[in-house]
Amino acid sequence: MMVVTRSIGKRLTLLLAGVAALLSVLSWSMVTGLAREATQRTQDNVLAASATTIAETLRSEQGAVRLELPYAAFAMLGAISQDRVFYRVTADDETLTGYEDMPPPVPGRQGQVMFDTANYRDAPIRMASISRLVLAGDGPVLVTVTVGQTRDGVGAIAAELSQLAAIFSVAFFLVAVALSAFVAQTSLRPLNEIAAAVSRRGPSDLRPLYREAPADLAPLLNALNRLMDRLQQSIRRSEDFIAEAAHRIRTPLATVRAQAEIALRTVSGEPEKDRLRRIIRAVDESSRSAGQLLDHATVAYRTEDLARDRLDLADLVAQTVAAMEPTAAMRDIHLQVDGVPTPISGDAVLLESAIRNVLDNAIKYAPEDTTVTLGITHAAGAARLTITDQGPGLGDEPVDDLIERFKRGKNTESIVGSGLGLTIAADVLRAHGGRLDLATATNGSGGACVSLVLPLV
Amino acid sequence: MRILGLAIGLIIWSVTAASPLEIEDQRVFPGTSARVLRIISTTDLAVFEPYIRAFQNDHPELSIDYTVVSSSTLHGAIRAGAQFDLAMSSAMDLQFQLANDGYARRYRSGATETLPDWARWRDLIFAFTTEPAVVVINSAFFADLDLPFTRQELIAILRDNPERFGGALGTYDVRESGLGFLFATQEDRSSDAYWRLNEVMGRLGPKLYCCSSLMIEDVASGRLALAYNVLGSYATTRLEQDQSGRMQILQMQDFTNVMLRTVLIPATAKETDAAGAMIDMLVRLGLRDVAGDWPLPSLRAAGLGETTGFGPIRLGPALMVYLDPLNRRAFVTEWENAMEQR
Repeated sequence: MMVVTRSIGKRLTLLLAGVAALLSVLSWSMVTGLAREATQRTQDNVLAASATTIAETLRSEQGAVRLELPYAAFAMLGAISQDRVFYRVTADDETLTGYEDMPPPVPGRQGQVMFDTANYRDAPIRMASISRLVLAGDGPVLVTVTVGQTRDGVGAIAAELSQLAAIFSVAFFLVAVALSAFVAQTSLRPLNEIAAAVSRRGPSDLRPLYREAPADLAPLLNALNRLMDRLQQSIRRSEDFIAEAAHRIRTPLATVRAQAEIALRTVSGEPEKDRLRRIIRAVDESSRSAGQLLDHATVAYRTEDLARDRLDLADLVAQTVAAMEPTAAMRDIHLQVDGVPTPISGDAVLLESAIRNVLDNAIKYAPEDTTVTLGITHAAGAARLTITDQGPGLGDEPVDDLIERFKRGKNTESIVGSGLGLTIAADVLRAHGGRLDLATATNGSGGACVSLVLPLV
Repeated sequence: MRILGLAIGLIIWSVTAASPLEIEDQRVFPGTSARVLRIISTTDLAVFEPYIRAFQNDHPELSIDYTVVSSSTLHGAIRAGAQFDLAMSSAMDLQFQLANDGYARRYRSGATETLPDWARWRDLIFAFTTEPAVVVINSAFFADLDLPFTRQELIAILRDNPERFGGALGTYDVRESGLGFLFATQEDRSSDAYWRLNEVMGRLGPKLYCCSSLMIEDVASGRLALAYNVLGSYATTRLEQDQSGRMQILQMQDFTNVMLRTVLIPATAKETDAAGAMIDMLVRLGLRDVAGDWPLPSLRAAGLGETTGFGPIRLGPALMVYLDPLNRRAFVTEWENAMEQR
């Protein structure tokens, strides 16, 4: 029993899609991080410029620190976003001007701009501070300028960029999934083609598979070819064996029959004669079975490399009937042939063996002193040889079962048979592109009507 | 530091609580229900009344309590936490600072979305008019003179006729008027003629005013020859009623400040829905295409600046620069030096 796991194509697609999803998320978070960083830096730069501009105006006047907020210092903050602005200027921890309660600046070196983030008036703000020494009165005074701004503008730009990145990531992911599916399908195509080529073959086609295949599939193809080769050899060996065995059995059987005939003529007691007759009949049956086995092997052989000779079906029928006439006469069965010249192509030996086996069956099952009819008709590009008897018919079971090897009808217990006859005929016809039809005779006798259908040339 | 801030806040609060606001005018427009929309504004009652009537047409249930104060009083009151549902002011810088410092409440609607970017800031503050600063003259004083159309020409005329214009010039007292301060600082930023003009005016002993309407009134009555930097919208309204025919409005061609009248919802507001509805109405009127009978000009009237080429004063943090105490003190000192030479 084959256990089907998930298909390679699906697995490959899912795997690639997973990788694409991971990359999408990664790229999105990277772009988002970069956007946040870049917008933050932009704001920092403007804040630093603003604080520096204010610090530049610091001067000492009559011993006191003086400054003048330049218009540009705040105008530049208003130019980049609509953010709230706060500022404070301290001299030695004393507020000179601005928002007294602003968070204290991060201490830094003189002249260096320091950045900090804090919460002020219910909003997160970004602050830049710069310190400068101003000479005033009795000594230098450290003046610190702090400019702060809410981060809404920065957040909005970063969010917008992040959203844009998200859209791109989703688009990238979708394209990647589509491409993954395409790639998976493309890479599995050779495998599917080989599978299709193998399943397209007929039941007995065991030739090696010669086709272009990717390097990955070469071992599979080689293994498949080796398997088919072994299978073919094994089949041929067993057919050889059967043919050989049948042949070997037939010869001694003929000797036994001849001796039994002689003995029948020489003995006088009726019980002994009867015993000998039974021996002869059993030998006949065995010989016939052996013949059929030989036929079957022959069919297997010859269909492998089928001859396509131009033949006349009527000729073949006439020859076979002539050969079977003595057997029919023994049971007082009349063979009635109704034929017109019918051109067909094929192997004469095989076709004769097929007709013989069907006719043999008819003679065997027909009651004594009846007629077996052989008729040839043409219809729709096919030649049809119909062999009708007045025997017990085919019974109730499905007719297709009867063609199976060693399978016999249920109403045949009283008659000796191998069950190979119809199988041989069916195999031959199939090899010739025809078929074997089984039906009950339409002439009211209830007998079997077997048709051999072959394509006309 | 925080305790200090709290202390200052408490002091301001106790002061405002103890002594009521310096109210210039107040009126209640009763509605059918107990709901009251409290508006604090710098716009004169007479000017704004049509807007209140129009609003009550759509919302008859709302009473409207309309209080007129100066722009600095308004600013101080909102900072101190006085309860109003709407604050309307012509002093953009003070309004902006209220919004920046967190005294305004966010509001967003279909109407505010249609405002151009320059007419709103962070969904906190909305402009609904554009009003130029103009010069109003009494033509009797200019009988045989060419009318000035630039500051240079104005300076020349004043300098050449000191006896005629002595004591007959009027302008805002920037120490008292928020709008006057805004106009003055913006002019300082934009035109180098401003200080020279101040020098010349200072020598002529100018009269200083708190409000546009008083200045215009004095020009109309002949007490003043010229009022510098008055609200164009008020001047136009007054001109229509003028009987003497001697009042004239001049718009300076070299540079004109255009102010945006702005409205915001204070953080202390209670009737926020009604306040939003009023903002929507003002914004829609601000964006109207036809001038109509409304006393205040629309955003389109001067917003595109066909006469000035400069556009309105920008709503942005730069407005806070001159509000800085150090800057303000320095500016006022310089202004006083120029203006008070006698």
